[in-house]
This record gives sequence, C-alpha cells and structure tokens, in this order.
Amino acid sequence: MDKLFVNAGAGLEQWMVSGLGLSSIITNLIMVVIQVAMILSFVLLNVLYLVYLERKLSAYWQQRLGPNRVGPRGLLQTTLDVIKLISKEDIVPQAADRKVFKLASIIVFIPAVMLYAVIPFGKDMIAVDLNMGVFYFIAISSTTTIAFLMAGWGSNNKYSLIGGMRAVAQMVSYEIPFVFSILGVIMLTGSLRMSDIVAAQNDVWFIVLQPVAFLIFFIAGTAELNRAPFDLPEGEQELVAGATTEYSGMRWALFFLAEYANLIAMSALAVTLFLGGPAGPWAPSWIWFIVKVYIMIYVFMWMRWTFPRIRIDHLMHFNWKFLLPLSLANILVTGVGIKIYQWFIQ
Amino acid sequence: MQQDYAGIGIFFLIAAVFPMIVLATAWLVRPKRPSPEKLSTYECGLETQGSTWVQFKISYFLYALIFVVFDVETVFLYPWAVRFSSLGLFAFVEMVIFIAILVIGLWYAWKEGALEWM
Repeated sequence: MDKLFVNAGAGLEQWMVSGLGLSSIITNLIMVVIQVAMILSFVLLNVLYLVYLERKLSAYWQQRLGPNRVGPRGLLQTTLDVIKLISKEDIVPQAADRKVFKLASIIVFIPAVMLYAVIPFGKDMIAVDLNMGVFYFIAISSTTTIAFLMAGWGSNNKYSLIGGMRAVAQMVSYEIPFVFSILGVIMLTGSLRMSDIVAAQNDVWFIVLQPVAFLIFFIAGTAELNRAPFDLPEGEQELVAGATTEYSGMRWALFFLAEYANLIAMSALAVTLFLGGPAGPWAPSWIWFIVKVYIMIYVFMWMRWTFPRIRIDHLMHFNWKFLLPLSLANILVTGVGIKIYQWFIQ
Repeated sequence: MQQDYAGIGIFFLIAAVFPMIVLATAWLVRPKRPSPEKLSTYECGLETQGSTWVQFKISYFLYALIFVVFDVETVFLYPWAVRFSSLGLFAFVEMVIFIAILVIGLWYAWKEGALEWM
C-alpha cells in the first residue's frame, strides 16, 4: 500500500519506455505533467472541501449550524458555489488599470501551484526533489506579494490600495522571522533537500528539538497567509475585502483558490519541516501526510476563529521588536547546542 | 539537475495555463451586460472622491528598506547553515559576528524610530 502511487508511476514509466519506445527524457517530462495534473486535482478537491470544512467548523465554534441545505449536511454547497461563480458576470471597473487588474488574478495562482513541486506527499512522492527545495519554497511563496500589490494598485479603488499595501508590508515583514525559523532545521539537517529533511527526522521530530522555531514558523506562517488574527489586508469590517474588493466571478474565485492552496502548502511545509514529514507507523505514508496536514489546517482554522484581529502597529511591532530578535536568538542557541553536542560526542 | 528545472518549468506552464482555461470557460458561459453604474468604482454606494493613486505613507517604505537588509542576510545564512556541522568553530564565531553587525543595524533603526508605526 505504501508504494501504491510510486509503483503505479514506475509501471507507467516502464510501459512508456518499452511499450511506446519513447526516450527516457521525454518519458520523464510526461511523468512530470501527469504529476502536476494529479497535484492540481488533489489541491482543487481539497480546496473545495476545505472551504466547506472551514464554514462548518466556524459554525460549530460559534454555535451555528453552518451550510446544511444543499445536499446531505450541506456537502454540495461549495461545488454549487463554484458553478455559480463560473456563471457570474466578470466586472472590470471602468477606472481600473485593465491589464494589471486582469493579470493579477492569474499571477496569484501561479506560485500557489508551483509550491507543490517540492512537497513530499509520501515516501518517494516528491514531484521534483530539488537540491534546494526549502529555498525554492520560500522564493516562490514570497512572489505571492506581487499579485496582491498588482490587484491593489490595478483596481483603482481606495480599499483595494490600502489592502494591497497592507498585504505587502505584512507579508514582507513576516517573511524575515519565517525564513530565520527554518534556518534552525537546516542547521540540524545540513541539507535543503526535502527528502533529506524528512529522513533526518527518523528518530525525533524537529518540533521537539526546535519548539521555539516551530512557534515562530507557525505565527509567521499565519501572517504570510493573511489569516486571522493577521487578516488586516482583508479586514472585511474596514476594507470590505482588501485587494480583492473589485473582483467578481471567476477572477475572485482564483484569488480564493490561491489563498486556500497556499494554506495547504504552508501546512504541508510545517509537516515536512517539523512534524516528521509523511513518515509514520502502520499506515501508508501518504495517509499519514494527509492526516498530519489536516491537523495543521485544523489548528490554523482554530486560530482564525478564536482570536480577534490585531492592530496594525501591534502587528509591526510584534514582528520587528519581538519575533525577529527571538528568531536570531534561536539560531544562536541552536548553533551553540549543536557545537556542544558534537564536542561531547567526539 | 537540468531535468529537475525542466520539471519546474512544466509546473510553471501548467500553473499559468490553468487559470486561463478556467477564465476562458467562464467567459463562454457568463453574461456580459455592462452598464455605467456596474462599472463604477465601489465605495459603499457613494461616488468616489479624488484620485486613488496618491503618494503613500512613508512607513511602508521604511519597513521595505529594513526588509531588504535582512533578506540579503538570509542569502548568506542559508549556505552557512547547510554546511554548519562540518565547518567548525571558526565559521560559527564568524557568523555570530556577522549577525551581531546586523543586530546593531536593527538596534540603530529601532533607536531612530524606523520601526515605529506612525
């Protein structure tokens, strides 16, 4: 069971080489295309039901019922929402910068899918096992900022502009502690490759060795995703919908899709770096991956519906005056710890 | 190595083409009935006043400047972290000095009030 997808992939590759007589390079590329298609459908299916899950969970936390009309227990709600969104009129405001406005909804989606290239979905189940996997993830995830700035500026709407500016300021600021918190894990592993990081956690998960780094990672990750208590860029009571105020129909759906795809990717990164990756006893590794990712997503949602939004000056001060020095201290303590450990071993 | 990045390229292509296909599908089925009211800028039902594209708050720029400093620092820190356990004590002390210089920079920015949200 553990090797189900790996063996299926290997069998398909074997068939293409021997049965169809294709060269190995072309076969590899075709395999990547199949992998992307599978990852894309995995992400889309999960996003569809994450929206349902979030609405349902938030309803229970607030003692409501949540969506329960469409289908059994409201399970078809999000599916019908997508059909509704496809058939909605696409409104581009007269005053907007049309090119920037339209391009932003496509650009926001690109990094959200590209992130999954280096995510280990199970044992030997990484689409592209780059030798600088973590760095690739950080680099790609930071480009989401551009789409928000484009959407905010291109809409020519005051709410959008403030929302876009806030998104950029917040995502850029919290990227520093985010990147520094991962450094502790890299120092322990000695490699940026995702499979090496998973293998290094065979004996003990890095959440045990790096608890402070995990907390910093989690807080900064929440801010990178623009989720409450860091949802200032969206702030529906003050900014309507932030950078996406002027978007409607399928363009808006793309922003929504990217937001949830980023949530899954961030949870998957947290699982890979701190929670032992897809490894686990008894069950196949890909089931463990999904279970762990959903636990992380649950915590993210729990946070969102528990804490009130914080003020923007508190947001900035918390990052620059607390998280950043703390993450630097964490690197120092980790370095001293590793050196002392090596000294005692030898 | 090169094949890895060809894979990344395929990821990019599909990620870029997919939203275009979705938007094209939506374009086929959705209604197109624009009217001046519908295309006006949304501002809670009121007419917009003044220009949106104005000079913006300077605080955002200051944060961006400090961000650049620390982001460049990470580029130096990552290779060091990868080779950390084999580098020995000298490299560790050297990196502590490097971080200390940046911490002094942060302290200066803090003292000058660049980290304050005004």
